[in-house]
Amino acid sequence: MALVPVALLLTAGFAAVFAQENSRLDNVSLIYGAYFFALCLATHIYLRVRLPKADPYLFPLAALLMALGLVMIYRIDPTLARDQANWFVLGLVLFALTIQFLRDYDVLERYRYTIAVIGLLLLLAPRLPGIGQQVNGAYLGVKLGPLAFQPAEFSKICLVVFLASYLREHREVLIVGARRVLGVTLPPLKHFGPMLVVWGASMFMLVVIRDLGSSLMFFAAFLALLYVATGRFSFVVIGMAMFLVGAWFFASTVPHVHDRVEIWLNPYAHPHKSGYQILQSIFAQADGGLFGKGFAQGLITVPGTNDALLPAAQTDTIYSLIVNELGLFGACGVILTYLLITARGFKIALLAADGFSKLLATGLTAVFAIQAFVIIGGVTRVIPLTGVTLPFVSYGGSSIVANFVLLALLLLVSDRARRESGQAERLGGLALEGR
Amino acid sequence: MNRQIVKLFGLVVALFAVLIGFTSYWSVFDAKALKEKDANARPLLEQQQIKRGRILAADGTVIARSVPKGHGAGLRYVRRYPEGTLYGHPIGYSFVDEGDSEFEQFHNDELVGNESEFSSILDQLSGRSQEGSDIVTNLDPAAQKVALGDLEAAGYGAVVAIEPQSGRVKVLASNPPYDPNRVPYELSKLNTNEAERPLYDRATQGQYPPGSTFKVVTAAAGLESGAITPETQIDAPGELEVEGTPLRNDFGISWPGATLDTALTNSVNTWFGQLGQRLGEDTLFEYMERFGFNSTPAIDLPADQVSKSGVYDAEKEELLGPNDPVDLARVAIGQERLVVTPLQMAEVAAAVANKGKLMKPQIWSRVVDPDGRVTKRLAPSEYSQPISAETAEELTTAMEGVVREGTGTNAEIPGVPVAGKTGTAETPGNKACGGGEEENQAWFIGFAPAEDPKIAIAATVECTEEFGNDVAAPIFRDVAETILNGE
Repeated sequence: MALVPVALLLTAGFAAVFAQENSRLDNVSLIYGAYFFALCLATHIYLRVRLPKADPYLFPLAALLMALGLVMIYRIDPTLARDQANWFVLGLVLFALTIQFLRDYDVLERYRYTIAVIGLLLLLAPRLPGIGQQVNGAYLGVKLGPLAFQPAEFSKICLVVFLASYLREHREVLIVGARRVLGVTLPPLKHFGPMLVVWGASMFMLVVIRDLGSSLMFFAAFLALLYVATGRFSFVVIGMAMFLVGAWFFASTVPHVHDRVEIWLNPYAHPHKSGYQILQSIFAQADGGLFGKGFAQGLITVPGTNDALLPAAQTDTIYSLIVNELGLFGACGVILTYLLITARGFKIALLAADGFSKLLATGLTAVFAIQAFVIIGGVTRVIPLTGVTLPFVSYGGSSIVANFVLLALLLLVSDRARRESGQAERLGGLALEGR
Repeated sequence: MNRQIVKLFGLVVALFAVLIGFTSYWSVFDAKALKEKDANARPLLEQQQIKRGRILAADGTVIARSVPKGHGAGLRYVRRYPEGTLYGHPIGYSFVDEGDSEFEQFHNDELVGNESEFSSILDQLSGRSQEGSDIVTNLDPAAQKVALGDLEAAGYGAVVAIEPQSGRVKVLASNPPYDPNRVPYELSKLNTNEAERPLYDRATQGQYPPGSTFKVVTAAAGLESGAITPETQIDAPGELEVEGTPLRNDFGISWPGATLDTALTNSVNTWFGQLGQRLGEDTLFEYMERFGFNSTPAIDLPADQVSKSGVYDAEKEELLGPNDPVDLARVAIGQERLVVTPLQMAEVAAAVANKGKLMKPQIWSRVVDPDGRVTKRLAPSEYSQPISAETAEELTTAMEGVVREGTGTNAEIPGVPVAGKTGTAETPGNKACGGGEEENQAWFIGFAPAEDPKIAIAATVECTEEFGNDVAAPIFRDVAETILNGE
């Protein structure tokens, strides 16, 4: 029954997209749109059959972002949009496979150290000679033959799985063993070790991968999990302080990170060189106003040339393009969609019965929300701009596939949580329906 | 753990609110300031994609239009000026890399169609791309051609012609001219040409000594303030000692018991010098200001491209006021440190011609939107009334004498009574003229027909060895005749 609002939401989303596409693209876009819609519908039906109790809103919300992303990318470059559509299909396949074969996701707990090691290896891969790739000074890409991908996108899922599992087991000792020193609650040193490892890993990322954005994203997800697991806000404060000290130290020693911070603070120092991207990102937003310039009306390149006016419009600065063309209202819609996904994700965590499920749902949702925050905050100059993708919207295969896997895991947790709470309700004689 | 999850969600809500806050700041609250940043090329690039409206002469001649280049996303418009040098001033130019100037700059909003936020939202909703409005000016192509042609024959200088009753600017010519079509290719050359300064609009920016044409202002102040009447007689010796330096009449002629008519007709320096002293600094400055001196003229050109007229102290780089020490007798005859723009002197003539009422000079006449609807029409408005209709009439009589039998006979138009005043300011050692000792600033201001004026004109030629009557009066005559014949 949850299909009704879902269908409405999907239709509304597509209607908006079509209305805009239509004025420019005629029938071709309609056919593409129909394929897209059919794929989403098929996946949705599969989902309802396979996981009938899973949250009915998550997938449509993600599809909405996906549709917006596809349209924006199509508007930038139709070839990229075709690639993106292929990635989308692959993402759906992996989404379905995850749901199909990982229904009993407790298995993940058993292999948590393996998963952690895989996650760390994935992070390190871009620095390996032969396959590593440097993009804009950061090491985020890996190239295996014709296949290029950003392992950090997958590694975030691995690390969340590991942390959820590890904290589920150790949360009690972390809470009980805590001592108050000088009015501050400190975690027990013995169990604090693994936390130091995570902190070290974040710092390591800063130095080795040189990307402030993913480092921040990982560490923030870790703190969120730590807070939820232990309930100790002081741990978060300590963690944050450690991160800031480390980040400050490396920001002043690692040139790439230092530059990023410098550009963030003084973009006008070199408006045509280092400050170009963030300034153009903000100028593009200034041009959008309340309602935007209209779909496909914004400038991405200098007319008559191929010089970028909005650098990396299909990835980093896609949000700026959305503000430029759809205005503040359009941008609020996008942020609201992320907020709704986050709300549904946390709802799943609230409903989940066991600790691992709770922490897994929390961690996956948190890392997703933080990623959106890091990139949108980057292009709006809330924080330094770094090369993180906007989930489901930005161009990039790794990002799409990884986020669909993330979504699948969330839905698996959701299905079990609702089934169990449904049973509990029935057992308690409270035959409340209507969820 | 649930409590923490709810709190965590609260944090996410707060973080996302920050994002919305920053986005609102950039896209709405700080948008205007961002659009004005030097590093921001967007506004210019976007303007280039708008079909800028045309600028037309009063008879529909196209002065400026935009032609498309490229197509699709690369489509942009480039400005063309079919008439070349003829309207370089006052129309100016508009190009993406070189910026804009003069009329193009002042009327930019109408030309790009930024007239109202509401209509641009409507355009957006209807999927229509922004298009600029055309502007029809008051410029008279035939008269503009005559003015520029005469100037090119006579020397560097300017001509301004205004319809006195409405303030419509029919001619605004500056020599040397420049071709706005060449601006993208040789702007720096045009800018560095120190000797000729073709981009400098002499009609609105030129600061020239007015010489005897200023006597019209002194006479107006004398009559209006009651210091003199047309019958008042003043003994004007051939030479008068003022502030330690003798003030001389032409050829040292003395004019005992001369009235205003005689004094103006023969441009008697010692007569007006004494009148100036009689008026006092406060009164003379008051009337100057009533005519628009010491203020930026209310013409539709960017304020930084229009000069003020007045007593200019080159050391302080400012215009002097009534409390600063000046040699009043020499100010009264247009000497001392007095500098004026040709536009200002045309306004003086226009005010006298329009029964003492000075109308705001305006180049534009109407704005026509892309659908052919007139969205705005010039409603002539009064700038000030420096003198009464009676004073204007008395002055007109005196100025008619100048052309009929005085120093300005070359301005005569057969069958049409002309009122005017010549001026020849000696500018020895003027660097702009190459430092020659015999160089003058020659002037003629006036209007015609005297009893029912249709046009008021100021013409000036710089760096000439001739007098106002020899070089400036004929330009006045030719331009006035062209306009009167065109009526």
